[in-house]
Amino acid sequence: MTAEAPKKVKTDIGPPNYKDMLSPVLTRNYGKWDYHEVVRPGVMKHTSETGEGLYTVRVGSPRLVSLTFVRTICELADKYSDGVLRFTSRNNVEFLLGEEKNVEPLLQELEEKKLPVGGVGNSMTNIVHTQGWLHCHTPATDASGIVKAVMDDLYEHFTHTDLPSKLRISMACCLNMCGAVHCSDIAILGIHRTPPRIDHERVAKTGEIPSIIASCPTAAIRPDPKNKSVVVAEDRCMYCGNCYTMSPAMEIIDPKNDGIAIMVGGKVSNARIEPEFSRLAIPFLPNNPPRWPEVVEATRNIVEVWAGDAHRGERVAEWIARIGWESFFKRTGIPFSDKHIDDFIFSIPTMRSTTNFKW
Amino acid sequence: MTEYKTPMMDELEKGPWPSFVTELREAAKGSAMAEDLIGQMEKSYEEKKGLWKHGGIVGVKGYGSGVIGRYSDLPEEFPNVREFHTMRVNQPGGWFYNTETLKKICDIWEEKGSGLFNFHGATGDIILLGTTTAELQPTFDLLSEQGFDLGGSGSALRTPSSCVGPARCEWACFDTLDLCYDLTMAFQDYMHRPAWPYKFKIKISGCPNDCVAAIARSDLSIIGTWKGPIQVRQEAVKEYAASWSIDRYVTNTCPTKAFYYDDEKKEVRIDNANCVRCMNCINKMPKALKPGKERGASLLIGGKATILRSAFMSWVIVPFMKMEPPYTELKDLIGKIWDWWDENAKSRERIGELIYRKGMPEFLRATGLPAVPQMVRQPRANPYVFWDQDDLEK
Repeated sequence: MTAEAPKKVKTDIGPPNYKDMLSPVLTRNYGKWDYHEVVRPGVMKHTSETGEGLYTVRVGSPRLVSLTFVRTICELADKYSDGVLRFTSRNNVEFLLGEEKNVEPLLQELEEKKLPVGGVGNSMTNIVHTQGWLHCHTPATDASGIVKAVMDDLYEHFTHTDLPSKLRISMACCLNMCGAVHCSDIAILGIHRTPPRIDHERVAKTGEIPSIIASCPTAAIRPDPKNKSVVVAEDRCMYCGNCYTMSPAMEIIDPKNDGIAIMVGGKVSNARIEPEFSRLAIPFLPNNPPRWPEVVEATRNIVEVWAGDAHRGERVAEWIARIGWESFFKRTGIPFSDKHIDDFIFSIPTMRSTTNFKW
Repeated sequence: MTEYKTPMMDELEKGPWPSFVTELREAAKGSAMAEDLIGQMEKSYEEKKGLWKHGGIVGVKGYGSGVIGRYSDLPEEFPNVREFHTMRVNQPGGWFYNTETLKKICDIWEEKGSGLFNFHGATGDIILLGTTTAELQPTFDLLSEQGFDLGGSGSALRTPSSCVGPARCEWACFDTLDLCYDLTMAFQDYMHRPAWPYKFKIKISGCPNDCVAAIARSDLSIIGTWKGPIQVRQEAVKEYAASWSIDRYVTNTCPTKAFYYDDEKKEVRIDNANCVRCMNCINKMPKALKPGKERGASLLIGGKATILRSAFMSWVIVPFMKMEPPYTELKDLIGKIWDWWDENAKSRERIGELIYRKGMPEFLRATGLPAVPQMVRQPRANPYVFWDQDDLEK
């Protein structure tokens, strides 16, 4: 009797080749693009050295999408963009049209389907974000809900190009920052404010004690050999939750005290001023679902003050570099406190060692 | 199927921005998982906390990564999300898709999972959000038949990603899509079988605009740049001059004052020796200005988010490297970097944190990279140099 040979598992084939995903107009002009222009909000035209043109229509998406959504955008791509579309690094959908005559009908259909066109040039683009309560096991807050509420409120800045420059908002539901919000014009960040509650029964069962101890950036966690557990020096804990990532027995989630911090003035592009970290503007706002009015209001305030005050072309970071942080707090009306002053390990370069400042 | 009362979720269907709740409801028409997900989300909104169990290790045959285990904390109440695992599927380069392929993925996911996706996850993968342990292998097999593979997770190489590159951008200083594909194929084993101290991310941007945020979000950031003069097309300068003030928006915002505009002749002159290639003038006048002809990339190392020792942005380690297939010089260097990191790092120590702990000079000696002034903003302000025995008189 011969056993049936096990089906050979095919592994390590890698992703599909991008070349198979391009439409003929993209393949013909690969590496030959000459220049581009923004022809209207959300629409770019790229011109090739061959003389061919390509129209990109950028569309906002909630990132969390259903089969229906994906099939809908496929239908639109079949109809208007040679059966090809792409996504941007900020979760927008882009239709890439070889023919100008298809632009208007596509825009019309998108409007009928209530899919927003925008996010190009001097506008706010989609908010990159994390999973939040929808799928994460360590979140301090939700992500999709806050993003939806903020995007609703700032919607006109996505569909118009009326801002001083581009605006990049990001959202991460805890300090792990899967959304890497640390270099965004405005970063919305879920935070904890209380030390972990230790479930001593479970510490040794659910993780390695040395790893839990090593995970603490302030060495606040020490072994407790008697109880086969650990102790936390609560006055040294800064609530990062890294120990909770290592062990579920280090419960960091605290619905009464978790909330949101807002950081501003980060950027990644090298244009004009160098890439910059986002800095703390608002240390705490309450976690207030379903629409987080305090976060929405605070974000709008920063956007409006910047939009009203910045020179054309100035990102939030450049605006703040020009006016100074002291003016930022004055103009936005955000109160400054000792919580804004860095006391972690790289604090020295953030202190003012000059008498040059503004009143 | 239970229909949950969800007043909080309902609030998030209002307003002009496309709603994820509407997407959840759409998925729930065909999936009991999606229905229970809505129920559990509503409960999270009421209690202001996540309701997923901590961790959980699941996977497919031959792989140590690519699947994130997820279990509901309330399996009795929401039985259809008792198991709700995520599959990370390696995206095609530049996130380009033909619809035939996308529709096939939809068909697989309609049959095997919740019908919910993230396009895309933070690292760049297609996220298939929610299926059971039993369906993981069958889903993988179907994806594999359609030419898809899993991405990285855990202490492995994470799925590399790149910008749109020469497929649709005139500024790509090398073929970002080709490089990303080449590295991804070359390093499959490192992606799929976690064997390192921690994660390692590679991101590839074709120019200093850095559209994939490589400098902030990747351990190895490959960012296109050039040598030699910016190419100027004076007749196009005149077109821009006719519609807006070049001095106001370009000359005055050049960070090194290397940009000159002659308003009489309507011509641009660039002091290329003082240009830092920031892209500002090129961004403003794409028809008139182009990156120089000798093109390649700068390599930077150590970028990461805040946990553990603060956020780092990557540091320059190679100011200029040609990026041409088969990318041997780059791959050799990556090998040396990984060897040193693997040998020296503590558990969960990113390469940037290791370099910070050991010192950049030690990293340079280990990888054989020459120290050059482009690596630093300023030299050190102290004389505390670690001298080598060879430096000293015997």
